[in-house]
Amino acid sequence: MRSPAMRMFRSLEGLFCVYKPAGVHWKLVRDTIETNLLKGLNATPALPLPHEVRFLSNDEAGASSGLTLRAASVPILSQHPLVTGPEFQLIKVGVGHRLDVSSSGVLVLSVGKGNRILNDLYRTRTTRDYTLDCEFGTATQDFTHAGRVVERTTYGHITRDKMEKVIAMLEGANQKALRMYSNVDMSSQEAYELAVKGLLGPDGKSVPILTSLRCIRFQPPNFTLEVQCLNETQKYLCKVVHEIGLELRSSAVCKGVRRTRDGQFTLQDALTRHQWTAADVMRAIQQYRSKKKSKKIFRTRTDEVILQTSEEKLTGPEENRDNKEATEAQSS
Amino acid sequence: MGRLGADLPSMSTITMSSACAQLCLRCRGFLSSMNSSRLYYVQIQHSVRKDKSTKIGEGLLSRGNHTAAQTRLSWKRPTSCYFGITAKYLTTETEESKLGTDIAEYKPALLPTVDVSPCPPNLIPPEDLDANDHCSALEEISDEEAAAISIPPSIPPSSVSLRDYVDKSETLTKLVQLGVSLWKLEQRPNVGSMLLRLDFNRDVAPRLLFLKEIGVEDSRLGYIISHNPFILSESLENLQARVNYLKSRKFSSETVASMVSRAPYLLNFSVKRLDNRLGFYQQQLKLSASNTRNIVARLPRLLCGSLEPVKENLKVCKIELGFKENEIQHIVIAVPKVLTTNKKKLTQIFDFLHNTMKVPHHLITKFPQVLNTKFLRLKERHLFLQYLGKAQYEPNLPSYISLDRLVSLPDEVFCTELALATLEDFYLFQKTL
Repeated sequence: MRSPAMRMFRSLEGLFCVYKPAGVHWKLVRDTIETNLLKGLNATPALPLPHEVRFLSNDEAGASSGLTLRAASVPILSQHPLVTGPEFQLIKVGVGHRLDVSSSGVLVLSVGKGNRILNDLYRTRTTRDYTLDCEFGTATQDFTHAGRVVERTTYGHITRDKMEKVIAMLEGANQKALRMYSNVDMSSQEAYELAVKGLLGPDGKSVPILTSLRCIRFQPPNFTLEVQCLNETQKYLCKVVHEIGLELRSSAVCKGVRRTRDGQFTLQDALTRHQWTAADVMRAIQQYRSKKKSKKIFRTRTDEVILQTSEEKLTGPEENRDNKEATEAQSS
Repeated sequence: MGRLGADLPSMSTITMSSACAQLCLRCRGFLSSMNSSRLYYVQIQHSVRKDKSTKIGEGLLSRGNHTAAQTRLSWKRPTSCYFGITAKYLTTETEESKLGTDIAEYKPALLPTVDVSPCPPNLIPPEDLDANDHCSALEEISDEEAAAISIPPSIPPSSVSLRDYVDKSETLTKLVQLGVSLWKLEQRPNVGSMLLRLDFNRDVAPRLLFLKEIGVEDSRLGYIISHNPFILSESLENLQARVNYLKSRKFSSETVASMVSRAPYLLNFSVKRLDNRLGFYQQQLKLSASNTRNIVARLPRLLCGSLEPVKENLKVCKIELGFKENEIQHIVIAVPKVLTTNKKKLTQIFDFLHNTMKVPHHLITKFPQVLNTKFLRLKERHLFLQYLGKAQYEPNLPSYISLDRLVSLPDEVFCTELALATLEDFYLFQKTL
């Protein structure tokens, strides 16, 4: 807590999100961020070296007259940064839901104490938003446009109508899977209440489920889908695109997978490559912290409002009863 | 018989104390340089009382076994062993002699009798410790002697870090003052021990002066030693011979100085190896002598590394990328770094340039710095220009964008001059890729 570097590190602990470019492994992103944070931390001015008193011999006094010692305050070189190394040599930077090498988009990272929060966040049921850039006419080995071509088909017969029908069918299948994996009996009151609040869903690991799917742009051969999903991998999404192509009696490949939202972290908050420095990361973490605080305050305020209204409801009937008794007493 | 018996204990104690005295002479000898004998009786007292002598004695006698000490410590970090480093601050003599390497040297000088067996204190009968007590700790000694008492340094015999020795060792202190990163060097195997054994005046100073004579600046000395500590163990004749060779190849002295500053390992290579490499670059690339000198002066690490990656890069340029001989020559003279880049990165950039951006070979040859950039930077800028409809790299057609400006300008200037858009637009566009 004493040195400026330690204070800076304390202000760096938290979560933030980064825009991962396509073609870069997520580990490289994490390592680059760690290196930049270390650079920023070790650039802070170091504390001055402690001194100690040592008795040095006075050589100029002459050997014959006897040896005298003089006290001198000498800096302790064993604490010098060139001897001990920089104060920070390793920072724990954690990664949330990972992204493939070929996909791009929002990647959540955490530093220091934020790693524990990230762990809990990873386990809770949050959805992710993707934008899939697809093309009709080819089918490949690994469902992406860079794979080995397996089949070529025509796509002239595909209309927006047919597309919407297929998408609706897929959505229905996914909703069914959602209900099945939520471990609740569908014919119970509990299931109804959960469904009303929107809390129906699998806990922990399950098959990938698309909670919503829609087509944003349709210009054959290209089309763009927007997906909200749980427990997914990017390869699964490419496979979904392939299946849509098959359903439409044609074939489709995925040209690009882009994550636009991961839980509460959106594209707006994501840091681009020129912002992967310690100062910008600190700013992003401050933003996240203030958002969390305002959410807490908002939640307590709504709780107070709810309490107030319930109190009014309670006092209401009591007042009526008093009035009734008063009138009865009066009448009697 | 009785008399003999009576004499025996006193005799044994005398031999005992003399043996201890001799051992302690050795101790003092190892911990400080050749000292006058007046210190010794105080030391003997300490040793007999505290029973430390045997431990030190055994340690010193088993000086050959460094491994025993090392095995006790962790395997992770290399250990630096010390055996009698010069404790500059604590010694009373002005003459500093390098101790530890040649302990045998001191034996005849200090000890009147050579064969000293370690005195087993277990055999000293306890009452005899007080018998020969002509020196006590409460005895008054003169001021001179008081000032001359030096405390033995509390340095561990071996350690994983140079931190324990830096305050007591003159060499290490001076190296830290020069700016050498000791924390990085001590992680390399055996470097720590080597640095500890060096004597500043005998080993380090002559080589530093030599480097200064060549023309290396003072501020670079720390950098050079941090990256190549073995320059301090290279013989001066070899260093001089290599510098002379480079000068005979018509490198000017400033060039030699700058080459040594930027490639610290240069002077550790033999004349034959330097000659081999210079010859290779001249013949393979079919460059003139002055051109070879030029590229080697700008990238001196060409002479340090292995030639295999360079040969592979040349083959890649010729066969995979399809450049002609004179084109390769031109590229290498302009950007010598192409010879040492990663093959995969080189092919990735070329593939993007040629197949996606549709830039022909002759344009790439005209702007070779394009092969040296980061791939992501090139890709993002090209896609931004394409999105704006400005991606035109043909010099003959209007609104031409030259490749060197495309990659070398900073982001702001690129946006305002080439793309005619704002910086925020560029960053927003990056988030859509």
